[in-house]
Amino acid sequence: MSVIGKYFIFLGMLFGKGEKLSVYWRRLMEECVGIGVSSVFIVAIVSTFIGAVSCIQTAYNLVSPIIPISTVALIVRDMSILELAPTITCIVLAGKVGSNIASELGTMRITEQVDALEVMGINSASYLVLPKVIAAMLTFPMLVIFAGFLNIFGGYMAGTLTGVITERDYLNGIRDSFVPYNIFFMCVKPFVFGFLIATISSFKGYFTQGGALEVGKASTGAVTNSCISVLVADYLLAQLLL
Amino acid sequence: MIEINNISKSFNGKEVLKGITSTFKKGETNLIIGGSGTGKSVLLKCMIGLVKPDKGNVLYNGRDFYNSDKEVQQSIRREMGVLFQGGALFDSKTVEENVRFPLDMLTDQSVQEKQDRVAFCLQRVGLEAAAKRMPSEISGGMKKRVGIARAIVMNPMYLFCDEPNSGLDPLTSVKIDELIKEITEEYQITTIIITHDMNSVMEIGQNIMFLYQGDKLWEGISSDIIKTDVPELKEFLFSNKLLREMER
Repeated sequence: MSVIGKYFIFLGMLFGKGEKLSVYWRRLMEECVGIGVSSVFIVAIVSTFIGAVSCIQTAYNLVSPIIPISTVALIVRDMSILELAPTITCIVLAGKVGSNIASELGTMRITEQVDALEVMGINSASYLVLPKVIAAMLTFPMLVIFAGFLNIFGGYMAGTLTGVITERDYLNGIRDSFVPYNIFFMCVKPFVFGFLIATISSFKGYFTQGGALEVGKASTGAVTNSCISVLVADYLLAQLLL
Repeated sequence: MIEINNISKSFNGKEVLKGITSTFKKGETNLIIGGSGTGKSVLLKCMIGLVKPDKGNVLYNGRDFYNSDKEVQQSIRREMGVLFQGGALFDSKTVEENVRFPLDMLTDQSVQEKQDRVAFCLQRVGLEAAAKRMPSEISGGMKKRVGIARAIVMNPMYLFCDEPNSGLDPLTSVKIDELIKEITEEYQITTIIITHDMNSVMEIGQNIMFLYQGDKLWEGISSDIIKTDVPELKEFLFSNKLLREMER
């Protein structure tokens, strides 16, 4: 309970007295590149292959003659939009971005860089963490939209190249029974997950004490706790919004 | 002038500082010496506001740091320059950006003014040629000098140095000590140095305080320290063979 309390106090520190807006704007742009742009490659690889595997495995299981083969594309689309793109992408990002944030802040803490900011009279939590949180909340939804597209594209490539589904059936399937609200749901999830991953990882890194071993532990703890929080939030959002 | 009154601090029931009181004068290099684990760094952190003491207060030219509102604390902080043990340079910034950082964050100076000030401070510590290098590309001694340049860039009234000689060879240590002393006298700064380096004690120490297990056991001027009859201080001062032979 005390850790949860400390986490909420830490969140309060982020919105405490801050610095000049121009400073935050520059930091936000740096973090958007560090968190968002640098994650494009891994998100692209993971999403394309997950989409491809989803298509092949769905087709493998759908053997009933009364179910049209275009249903494979429909299932790939809905799985991608509702779960695979937002949740799996954010789990991957929890590993990549979460460990990066925790180790960066942890190293800054143990090498007294955070103390150096504090003695200058700078709100170190706000200066270091707030841009990361906003950058994650802005770039994660973009990455998830990109991932959703690549999931469906990966399914299309795998399905048509292996011959399990024709191009016409796949395109018909992804247009069939489309619910636009699902796109909204897909964008809400990474917004929430981005906040959780960035704040939990920052919390773990910011309060690191000790040396290199503790930085490693903070990094591992950041990924573990972020993944758990993403899964819990995923369930809660599904329960609330669907 | 900095006054500390009855500073006490405990961690998990263990008393690390036991009611330390002292005064550090302007334009002097004040040394806090003692063995490892005697509370020197904790005392420094209490003074610069990184660790809140359980008891006591710290006065900066009469302004009580811990009993002031946040704005006064902020203004006192902006009058401080701190050299951390490892330099505490920001890894992602060049030497020049590290020195310019306080100006970028805390002032509204023009780009030209900031460039001039940074160039002056780097020149003052003899590092103008290293301005574009990253902290990972410079030596330990250079990092300390960059740390000093960053500490003085805002024209501080108070300079705190946490073991400025740790990890440096004797020659570089002497250069760093001389640089700190010169800056202190030139700008009439109140300088407080945490050290256990005997060369520093003999070379630049003007007012010296000796801590032992969280207690202040001795305080005085450097010329008196050799004549001390405090056994713990004698043991600390003459811990190496050469000095023991000199004492005899």
